[in-house]
Amino acid sequence: MQLNFIQIILVLIVAFLAGMEGILDQFHFHQPVIACTLIGLVTGDLTPCLILGGELQMIALGWANIGAAVAPDAALASVASAIILVLGGQGKAGVSTAIAIAVPLAVAGLLLTILVRTLATGIAHIMDAAAKEGSFRKIDFWQAIATCLQGLRIAIPAGLILAIGAGPVRGLLSLMPAWLTDGLAIGGGLVVAVGYAMVINMMASREVWPFFAIGFVLATIKDLTLIGLGAIGLALALIYLVLSQSGGSGDGSSNSNVGDPVGDIIDNY
Amino acid sequence: MADQVKLTKKDRIAVWWRSTFLQGSWNYERMQNGGFAYSLIPALKKLYKTKEERSAALTRHLEFFNTHPYLASPVLGVTLALEEERSNGAPIDDVTIQGVKVGMMGPFAGIGDPVFWFTVKPIIGSLAASLAMSGNILGPIIYFVAWNLIRMSFMWYTQELGYRAGSKITDDLSGNLLQNITKGASILGMFILGSLVNRWVTVKFTPVVSNVALDKKAYIHWDKLAAGGKGIQQALLQQQQGLSLTARKLTTLQDNLDQLIPGLAGLLLTFFCMWLLKKKVSPIVMILGLFVLGVILHVLHIM
Repeated sequence: MQLNFIQIILVLIVAFLAGMEGILDQFHFHQPVIACTLIGLVTGDLTPCLILGGELQMIALGWANIGAAVAPDAALASVASAIILVLGGQGKAGVSTAIAIAVPLAVAGLLLTILVRTLATGIAHIMDAAAKEGSFRKIDFWQAIATCLQGLRIAIPAGLILAIGAGPVRGLLSLMPAWLTDGLAIGGGLVVAVGYAMVINMMASREVWPFFAIGFVLATIKDLTLIGLGAIGLALALIYLVLSQSGGSGDGSSNSNVGDPVGDIIDNY
Repeated sequence: MADQVKLTKKDRIAVWWRSTFLQGSWNYERMQNGGFAYSLIPALKKLYKTKEERSAALTRHLEFFNTHPYLASPVLGVTLALEEERSNGAPIDDVTIQGVKVGMMGPFAGIGDPVFWFTVKPIIGSLAASLAMSGNILGPIIYFVAWNLIRMSFMWYTQELGYRAGSKITDDLSGNLLQNITKGASILGMFILGSLVNRWVTVKFTPVVSNVALDKKAYIHWDKLAAGGKGIQQALLQQQQGLSLTARKLTTLQDNLDQLIPGLAGLLLTFFCMWLLKKKVSPIVMILGLFVLGVILHVLHIM
C-alpha cells in the first residue's frame, strides 16, 4: 500500500508521540494497543493494526521501566511493525509476521533509548549552567529539547522505513514460508510467559503465592471475565489485610488508630 | 511579615501539568532531576524574585532524584509546601528539602511499581488487548481513557495531599498505610497474574494420543439423517444428547493435559522462564528463543 503525503506526516506525528511517551510513561501513546491502532487509523488500515496492537500488548504486559533499568522498547516495536504491516498490504494475514519483526525492533529501540538517555546527561549539565544564571526559560527550553530527542528516536526510524517503501518490504514478507509464519504465531503464544515471569519474580513472596494459585484455578472457569476476576482479587486482598491486622494486634483496645488508616487520612484530609 | 506569598490553586495545577514531563530529560547521571526542577518552575517563579534566590532554588532541585513517575506527585506537593514556607522566612535549609525528597522517593517507588506497573497496567492492558485482538476498537479507547483518568486524578490528589500535609506526610505514610498498600497491591497483582497465566499463555500440543472407534450408538450417523433443515435439526438435537460428531474419538496430548487442569503447560513454561530469569538469562534472549522453539515444534508437528 502506498501512503500519501498527509498520511506520512500523520504517521510521523504518531511515531513522535510514541517516542516521547516511551520515556515519559504518562499518556501511554507508546503502548502497542494504542500506538498500532493510531497508525492503523491514520493509514486507513485500522482492523489489522488493531489486532496487531492487541497481540503485542499481551506480549508487552510485563515490560516496565523500573528504577534505572530500561524495558524492551514497546514504542519502536509497535510503531515500526504496524508501518510494516500496512506497507506489506497483507491485511490480517500479515499480523503474525509483523509480531515476529516487532521483537528484534524492541531490542533496537532499547539501544536507542540508552543512547538518548546518555545524551540527556549532557543536557543535565547545560541545565546546571542555566540554573547558575537563574534562568527559568533555559531550563524549560532544554527540558523540551530532551523530550523531543526521545520523540525523534522513534520518528526517524519510522521515516526510514517509509522511505524504503512498500515494494522491498512486501518482497521481504512474501519470502516467508507458511511453516515459518505459523510457527512464529505459536511462538507468540509462548512468549507471553516471559513478561509474566518478570513480573512474578518481582512480586512473589511466600505470603502472596497462595493468591497466585487461587487466581490460576479460578481462571479455568471461562465464564468469569477479567473484571470479575479483578473484583474477586480485590475482595481477597481487603479481607486478608483486615484479618492479618486483627490477628496481629492481639488486644485491639491499645491501638485504636490502626483500625482504618485510609479512613483516618480521608477524615483528616 | 507583611506580604506572605501563597501558592494558588492555579500555580499548583501548572506544576501538576508540568509533572507530566517529569521524565523528559531522564539521564544516567541524576535521572529525573531536570524534570523535577522543570515541574517546580511555576511555583519558584512566584516565590522567588531575585536572581540569586532563583539560581539557588533551581540548583537545589537539580540534585539527583528518581522515583516512580506518578509517585513523584506527593513529593512535589510536599516540596511546594516547604518552598512556600521557606520563601516566607521559615528556617528550612537545603539539607532539609533534599532530605525530605530523598526520604520519600525510595518507599514511594516501592508503592508505584507494584500498584501501577504490575497491577493496574496488566489488568487494563489485558482487557484492552483481548478486545483489540477480536478487532474491537473499544480496546484501545478503554485503555487510553481508563489509564489517563486513573493517572491524572491520582497525580492531582496526591500532589494536593502532599501540599497540605507538608512535612508531616512522611509520618503519615511511614506506618501501616504504606505497608498495607504495598501488600494489598501485591496480593491483587499475584491473583491477577495467576489468572492471566492461565488465560493467555497458549501452549497447545497437537500429537494424537489415542484414536478409538466409538460404539454405534455414541455418534451421529450422518448418512441416516433426513435431508435439508430437518436433518440439521436432528443432528443438533443428537449432539445435544451427547453424541459424538465423528465415528472415531481422537484424543490429543492436550486433551489429556487439560483433564489435570487447563493451562498446566503454560504454568510450567512460566515457572521455567522465572527460573531462567533468576539464572540471569536476558529476557530478550528468552523471547527470541521461544519464537525459535515455536517454529521448531511446529515443524516437528508437536504443536
